[in-house]
Amino acid sequence: MPARLPAILLRYASLLVFILVLLYFGVQSPRFLGVDSLGNIIKQASFIGIVAVGMTFVLLIGGIDLSVGSNMYLSAMATGYALQVPALQTPWGAALAIGLGLAAGAAFGMVNAVCVVLLRISPFLVTLATMVAGRGLGTAITQSFGIEYPPVYLAFGASAPLLIPTPIWLFALVVAVATIALTMTQFGRQLYAIGHDPEGARKAGIPISRVIFAAYVICGLCAAIGGVMLIALIGRLNQTFGVGREFDAITAAVLGGTSLFGGVGTAFGAVLGSTLVQMVQSGMVFTQVNLYLQPMVLAGIIFLAVLIDGLRIGRLEALSRLGRFRLQRTPAPPKPPVPVGKT
Amino acid sequence: MTAALSLAEISKSYFGVPALTGISFDLEPGRLLGLVGQNGAGKSTLMNVLGGVVAADAGQMQLFGRPYAPRRPADAKANGIAFIHQELNLFGNLTIAENIFVADFPRRRGLVDWSSARSRAAKLLQMVGLAMPPDTLVELLSPGERQLVEVAKGLSVEPQLVIFDEPTTSLTARETTQLFALIRRLKSEGTTIVYISHNLGDVLALADDIAVLREGQLVAQGRATDFDIGKMIKLMIGRDIDALFPPRHSASPGAVLLQAQGVTRRGAVDNVSLSVRAGEIVGIFGLMGAGRTELARLIFGLDTMDSGQLALPDGVPRHRVTPQMAIAAGLAFVTEDRRQEGLLMNAPIADNLVLASLREFASGPGLVDDTASLAAAREMARRLSIEARDIAVQPAKTLSGGNQQRVVLGKWLMVDPRLIILDEPTRGIDIGARYAIYEMIDQLASAGRGLILISSEIEEVMAMSDRLLVMSEGEIVAEFQRSAWSRELILRAAFREAEAA
Repeated sequence: MPARLPAILLRYASLLVFILVLLYFGVQSPRFLGVDSLGNIIKQASFIGIVAVGMTFVLLIGGIDLSVGSNMYLSAMATGYALQVPALQTPWGAALAIGLGLAAGAAFGMVNAVCVVLLRISPFLVTLATMVAGRGLGTAITQSFGIEYPPVYLAFGASAPLLIPTPIWLFALVVAVATIALTMTQFGRQLYAIGHDPEGARKAGIPISRVIFAAYVICGLCAAIGGVMLIALIGRLNQTFGVGREFDAITAAVLGGTSLFGGVGTAFGAVLGSTLVQMVQSGMVFTQVNLYLQPMVLAGIIFLAVLIDGLRIGRLEALSRLGRFRLQRTPAPPKPPVPVGKT
Repeated sequence: MTAALSLAEISKSYFGVPALTGISFDLEPGRLLGLVGQNGAGKSTLMNVLGGVVAADAGQMQLFGRPYAPRRPADAKANGIAFIHQELNLFGNLTIAENIFVADFPRRRGLVDWSSARSRAAKLLQMVGLAMPPDTLVELLSPGERQLVEVAKGLSVEPQLVIFDEPTTSLTARETTQLFALIRRLKSEGTTIVYISHNLGDVLALADDIAVLREGQLVAQGRATDFDIGKMIKLMIGRDIDALFPPRHSASPGAVLLQAQGVTRRGAVDNVSLSVRAGEIVGIFGLMGAGRTELARLIFGLDTMDSGQLALPDGVPRHRVTPQMAIAAGLAFVTEDRRQEGLLMNAPIADNLVLASLREFASGPGLVDDTASLAAAREMARRLSIEARDIAVQPAKTLSGGNQQRVVLGKWLMVDPRLIILDEPTRGIDIGARYAIYEMIDQLASAGRGLILISSEIEEVMAMSDRLLVMSEGEIVAEFQRSAWSRELILRAAFREAEAA
């Protein structure tokens, strides 16, 4: 019994922190809980949230992708160049341009996948290199000039079918698809297995190369979705677009309960995490926290998330070392003798 | 009658060293072959050849009359062979059902068909006698229950030939009984079985046929009725040892080396008091998860106590002990997990041996005197008869399990400890090597060292201990003197009586 309460608290730590932060700012500034304010927070969170969903796939297998910020930049750039063609400045043309951007992002993810799976380089180093290389490539192509997006594309960014902004729809769609993929497909369950024990997964007959490859491509694709969506709101692509977003995405995923050690996490966690970060940022504006102190508060929250992650893993280890006796006694009723010999 | 499995002149060598030489035998369908041999005798190689993990250099195999030449593990599976490995290959973060089907879920329209997966898993669990919902996370299971999940996973492909590799090492007595009942039932339903174990009593009880491997050769095979344990041991070792344990030479206990008072760590160890004297072997028996290793870690200072106190050989009671203090006071801890904790696998044997005693070979400004340390390491290797070509260059990972364990032991003997904690010192080690380790334990006690022997093998603690503590759920539930124990009393205590009934 003494082990139960901390275990439950740790399991739902993300949700708990989320609710506490929401209540805190709500009490401090009741306007914070208004529909406009909350809607705006979710909309602002959706871009990083989408990237964080992709990041979740990679974190689940015990990997990491530091290149998603550069990926956002390159895929937004691909879409931007396509939109310079007058014939594409129509709704259908914009759709094609978006498709091009997404393909660029998936291709970027594939480069990471090839390096990680085929060349067996550590994901941290691979994606650190492609982060720098991707940004460099983009700067070389644009000659560091900005790209302007046509009105049709800005209209797409500002659209709100059924009064709900397009970014939120997109976010919901990505999370729904990812949740189905993670919980209801063989591929999804195998991601969790690989993150828990890659060598064991190989021995169990899971095609781990293919699964890992797919995870990086999905992460690249999600980064691209986040990139082309965000640029539709900004309207102008600068050389610094997406810089540092990899850390926002990792933060959001980990805040949402995804473990940096692999094998633990959900797509919905990315919603919690990204919204939490945005909520804290908006909340600090509402409550007029000193501008220069705001990064420190965020850093504190990130620290907390990683600390909880570490505790959770350590805790589980300690519990599993104990084996069954303390853990099983409470939930399982005394075992009835099992009839063996007939089925 | 066509043989279920037929091997003809199978040979395999690694880098010119023969691992298997001309193995031939036939196994009839629906029979159980007990395969025994020391570690390094070629059992694993033979199973790897059968399982498609490695290819044989020469020879043919036939499965139910068809030629069989697997090139990868999936080929073995496709041919109806299931392996149930000793080392567990499960994912703690997934449920039982997910673990069973992780490589190939039942699917409908691209999505996992959970209801089918659950019901199939439930059927398999019932078959292996594990009364758990298929949705239980595997990390919540005891080692024994995990082993049963592994068995269920193996049976999920409805195999014709099942190979059990040491399936009982983490099972409790009751789980073992259940597993044996299952094995007998599988056999009665016509499944052919190969059963590999170091527990010769089990092999004898289960097998129809027995095959003995030694140094890569099949030294004997025949009907199980033609064998007894003594004969099997002789065949396996190739010389005359017909007992599993050496005689104990009890010394009269000397000074108190360890005194624990109410040692507690929440959720792991509950109010444990014990003492160990010089020249005494104190056994600690208990089921998996009873808190034995946790207690040892507390004594050695690897974990901190919540309450209680501990007096090390220096006699000072302390609330807080660190590994440095423990070592300085003359404690040594031979851990259960050699691979992860006990040895630097890629470092030479000699480096491993001197690791704990480096300080003694430091001269002048603290530089290690290589010549002196190597000489000392060679002396220790000779004393423990570690079988290696050259301990100065040969990495520890090339040694057999028994020799590795001797290196771990040797490392600690080089610091000349007064109290040695041995945690499952013979796990995964074959009979010949075990005997040598038992002799060493006996000699250490005769020489005035105190020993704590942690084991889940009741025969081992009964043969070696002077005194025996039984742990269950973190507490010491019984203490027995050598003269006053019996197998039944010990097991009853370990299962807390009610469960043993």
